[in-house]
Amino acid sequence: MNPNPTPPAPGASVILDAAAIERALRRIAHEIIERNPDLAKVALIGIPSRGVEIARRLAALIGQFSGVQVFAGVVDVAMHRDDLHRHRVPPRVERTILPADLDGKTIVLTDDVLFSGRTCRAAMDSISSFGRPARIQYAVLVDRGHRELPIRADYVGKNVPTALHERVHVRFAATDEIEDSVWMSRTP
Amino acid sequence: MSTQVTTPTPDLRADVWSRKDLTAIEPLSVGELTTLLDTAAAFKTVGTREIKKVPALRGQTMVNFFVEPSTRTRVSFELAAHRLSADVINMSASSSSLTKGETLKDTALNLQALHADIIVLRHSSAGAAQFLAERLQASVINAGDGAHEHPTQALLDTFTIREKLGRIAGIHVVIIGDIRFSRVARSNIQALTKLGARVTLVGPPTLVPREFEHLGVAVTHDLDAVLPDADVVNLLRIQHERQRKEYFPSLGEYTALFGLTKARAEKLKAEALIMHPGPINRGVEIDSDLADSGRSVILDQVTNGLAVRMAVLFLCAGARHD
Repeated sequence: MNPNPTPPAPGASVILDAAAIERALRRIAHEIIERNPDLAKVALIGIPSRGVEIARRLAALIGQFSGVQVFAGVVDVAMHRDDLHRHRVPPRVERTILPADLDGKTIVLTDDVLFSGRTCRAAMDSISSFGRPARIQYAVLVDRGHRELPIRADYVGKNVPTALHERVHVRFAATDEIEDSVWMSRTP
Repeated sequence: MSTQVTTPTPDLRADVWSRKDLTAIEPLSVGELTTLLDTAAAFKTVGTREIKKVPALRGQTMVNFFVEPSTRTRVSFELAAHRLSADVINMSASSSSLTKGETLKDTALNLQALHADIIVLRHSSAGAAQFLAERLQASVINAGDGAHEHPTQALLDTFTIREKLGRIAGIHVVIIGDIRFSRVARSNIQALTKLGARVTLVGPPTLVPREFEHLGVAVTHDLDAVLPDADVVNLLRIQHERQRKEYFPSLGEYTALFGLTKARAEKLKAEALIMHPGPINRGVEIDSDLADSGRSVILDQVTNGLAVRMAVLFLCAGARHD
């Protein structure tokens, strides 16, 4: 791993380091256990790309704390986006991995940053086309505000007040070849 | 219940697809081909949902413009568009004004004036799709242009091989039959060689000219000799409608020399795949029982064709091109 990582954007600064991310994920894992007495029915479903890593990490922590191995999966949102016509390059489509039967399940959607809420909306639409889970909860590492839809997270690692022209970048050792970190930068 | 999940790799393909059209495999990069196949793999799972429809192309209109007859390709494109929530209009040569003397370009401009977003074109002239793609804002998808290319067929064949055998690189694909007149063969040769497969063409010398060796493939007229080394045999349909007598032996002679009979299939490796783009001439290119056997992936090809066409429509029409 690069000991002196290049910031994800010029002038970006670290707002959460690896230890802070780990603490946030551990707390969320405990909260998920507390809120869902029947853990066997919980499935953690990540929104690509970094939400998938968060689902995987939370599943490992929940297994460690409770002894229950919860399902960790993926939900593609690219097919359900409402802003395709704004992209010059089509978004990457991922393979959705869900439990075989959603009936009676509690789906915990996981994502790195909650911003407009539109990605969460697309993820819920996608899940609904596979079946009818008993409930859907939402866990995010960072909530940066500026919602455009009536959507709220059930589990938040850190609330980060931001201006619209600022950007939040999440990086994981497992996917990005740089230490776990959350960064903030300004768009010029 | 599985908890095995691989974290998706970071988005390294940032600009790996920015095309408005798919007119041929020949100009595509390895990255673009891989993007198409990976996207198709994701779209294949849509068929397993309770609701087999996603809103990706909601509000877009696709015109299936088939100047040459076709059922399976047209229906596959139509279903792919429906699954992506696009609206579909079907036009055939007889129902269009081409029979009244309107040129292809004028017909297409009329379709554009109706705000068609995607035109899927099957045409008897090589280059017809490219001709339209250069003149229209709509996405143009080639569904077969003369003896030139049939890109989505090659993609679904390649997808099926990758799905069944796990890879393309190093796989030996034997394509048998009427290569000279086959757009399916041309597109397959392009896709397979780009992805590192070894390709051997087999057929009578009149239908498999040596010139094809320039494309980096082997040419032979001895089917029995290559079968033991094949991982995939792809049997092309004998296109009665394109045949001229001087090129083609009798059907009986063809089957005797190049038909996949039960005796010939014995020579294949146990795990070798038998493919055919359809429609099959049972008893001509392939023995009827073999077509229905476990090693035949002919119906998988049909299922995968749908996923591949969804991916093509999504990638070409799912972004802004201005």
